[in-house]
Amino acid sequence: MEKFTKLTGKAVPFDSINVDTDQIIPAPFLSIMRTEGYQGLLFHRVRRDKAGDMNPDFIFNKEIYADASIIVADRNFGCGSSREGAAWALVDNGFYSVIAPSFGDIHFNNEMNNGMVPVRLDEAVCTDLRAQLHANPGAEITVDLETNTVTAPNGDTHSFEIPDFNRERLLKGLDEIDLTLNYTAQIERFEAQRGQTLGYIDD
Amino acid sequence: MSTPKMMPKTMFQKIWDRHVVLERDDGQILLYVDRHLCHDGSRQGMSKLKAAGHKVRKPAQTYATPDHYRPTNAKTIDDFQDDQMRGIVEELAENAEIFGFHHFGLDSDKQGIVHVVGPEQGITLPGLLMCCGDSHTATHGALGAFAFGIGASEVAHVLATQTIWQRKPKAMRVSVEGTLGFGVSGKDVVLAIIGQIGTAGATGHAVEYAGSVMRDMDMEGRLTVCNMTIEAGGRTGMVAPDEKTFAYCEGREFAPKGDRWDHAVADWRTLPSDEDAVFDTDVTVDGNAIAPMITWGTSPENVVPVTGVVPDPADEPDLNRRKIHEGALTYMGLTPGMRMTDLSVDKVFIGSCTNGRIEDLRAAAAVAKDRRAVVSTLVVAGSVPVKRQAEAEGLDKIFTAAGMEWGEPSCSMCVGMNGDIIQPGQRSASTSNRNFMGRQGEGGRTHLVGPAMAAAAAVTGTFADVRDLMAKK
Repeated sequence: MEKFTKLTGKAVPFDSINVDTDQIIPAPFLSIMRTEGYQGLLFHRVRRDKAGDMNPDFIFNKEIYADASIIVADRNFGCGSSREGAAWALVDNGFYSVIAPSFGDIHFNNEMNNGMVPVRLDEAVCTDLRAQLHANPGAEITVDLETNTVTAPNGDTHSFEIPDFNRERLLKGLDEIDLTLNYTAQIERFEAQRGQTLGYIDD
Repeated sequence: MSTPKMMPKTMFQKIWDRHVVLERDDGQILLYVDRHLCHDGSRQGMSKLKAAGHKVRKPAQTYATPDHYRPTNAKTIDDFQDDQMRGIVEELAENAEIFGFHHFGLDSDKQGIVHVVGPEQGITLPGLLMCCGDSHTATHGALGAFAFGIGASEVAHVLATQTIWQRKPKAMRVSVEGTLGFGVSGKDVVLAIIGQIGTAGATGHAVEYAGSVMRDMDMEGRLTVCNMTIEAGGRTGMVAPDEKTFAYCEGREFAPKGDRWDHAVADWRTLPSDEDAVFDTDVTVDGNAIAPMITWGTSPENVVPVTGVVPDPADEPDLNRRKIHEGALTYMGLTPGMRMTDLSVDKVFIGSCTNGRIEDLRAAAAVAKDRRAVVSTLVVAGSVPVKRQAEAEGLDKIFTAAGMEWGEPSCSMCVGMNGDIIQPGQRSASTSNRNFMGRQGEGGRTHLVGPAMAAAAAVTGTFADVRDLMAKK
């Protein structure tokens, strides 16, 4: 996993609530293996019109955001399906951080497992950030994982919380399985005890 | 001398405590996974595992069955028209060979949608911690398990370590009190809950469904309610195990037998939340007031009773939200104030991990009996045992006599990954769990309903109040 320390980049203000992972990456693309890459698949359907052409009004299609790396969304971003393809589509299209009042629980973890930093900020703050970005398209935001702060286009800083465990993993780019295998002795001990307490379960 | 009183605990807390392998100084907790469910879509996680050179730590605690990619018209692997789908289903069988986990393939009499198979085979049991790389894993909580969906990286992690890192969610109790009216199902209950608390209403919470309605509900209904916990944002949803639960589990393939069964039941009786256990969030839903429900928009929280009308965005004070509401109406081809029962339907789907069980098919068949479907209707049992049971009861004959299609067990038109989709602009009445834009096919317009309501739409061609149709019988 790639390290994440501090990111300054253009941020897309995305006003929709309940952006589900079916929108982020439609199910038919999930047969593509991770190693093949998910470039060009982000919001594949919703960014196109009925004829299949790019909808120029869809904010992710605007030229100014071609090199954006942050999204400021509304509540419940990434709700729905557990598909990790949603995180792959984001990261393979250059987005390393999503700021929103709330996230789908599974997608939140999926982002962190792919080197992304999901940032939860108050609804009013997110609304204000999006207003600043709409007023000044292409404005930049900084997400600093070392200080747990977001710096808005107007210079205001906002602290955010992210579990220390995930923060450390992101800062160091640690693989979760490798990390857990360091605890194999504890897992073995647990399994031995479990055999006594859950003896009625036949595995 | 009085004995010190133990802190009262919620059921969730009791099950959580049993599974803590370790807690790090930073508060992160490693939990043990009793049983891990996999499906054909778990291949990304398995591929990651192989690439890293890891083994499956506990193949005997890992159970897999193909469901997402099985075409409903394919009885065997040779019937697959699509090479990619065939390859994906075969890949699961190959992985089962390589890693040694349980596999219920297309030739197995246990195959089905993973969330139907788990409870049905006794893989799902009270008190267990279960994971699956699918968001509808909370289904298994209906039996008093702590079950939750995970992503592909986490699937690889569970395969390699039989554990998962978590931080403890808050505890939430949703009490559905009263008595359900005639023609009201578990699906209507969960849609009413989501309508009341919203799709982020349970975010960050482990939900316990309680109250007289949940106690009175059959297992199939409870499975439907817990299934859609993710649509309320919850990490897991559960119902306290009771006599109904034990009767459901007894004798199933992977459930304990003999003395072990007695030990198990004695243990499971200790699981329900203590009387004075405290929940971080408490919600009460009036079960008496729940009518058959139907969604109008592109989020499961966009729901009204069948007697209702399409809500007016002008009633939304927030301008941004109003715009989103208007967008949903445009996508769905609706205008404010339309009566839901005036909407005509192009396609009906009855099945999925939400409503693909025998009680669901019985409810749909009761409406379809001696009637004709006037729109294209697909009925898909959730598993081979459900399909066989339905056929033994003659339900398949009722469906086919009504002109409905009777498919092979799979996720089918819920997720549209097996070729079963609706066309752009088509309106469906679907017993599945998501009405997201394009979920059932690009441009498709999905309305979520219960199985009896779906059958009512099939035979009338519009959304109809199933209570009227049932009364006519």
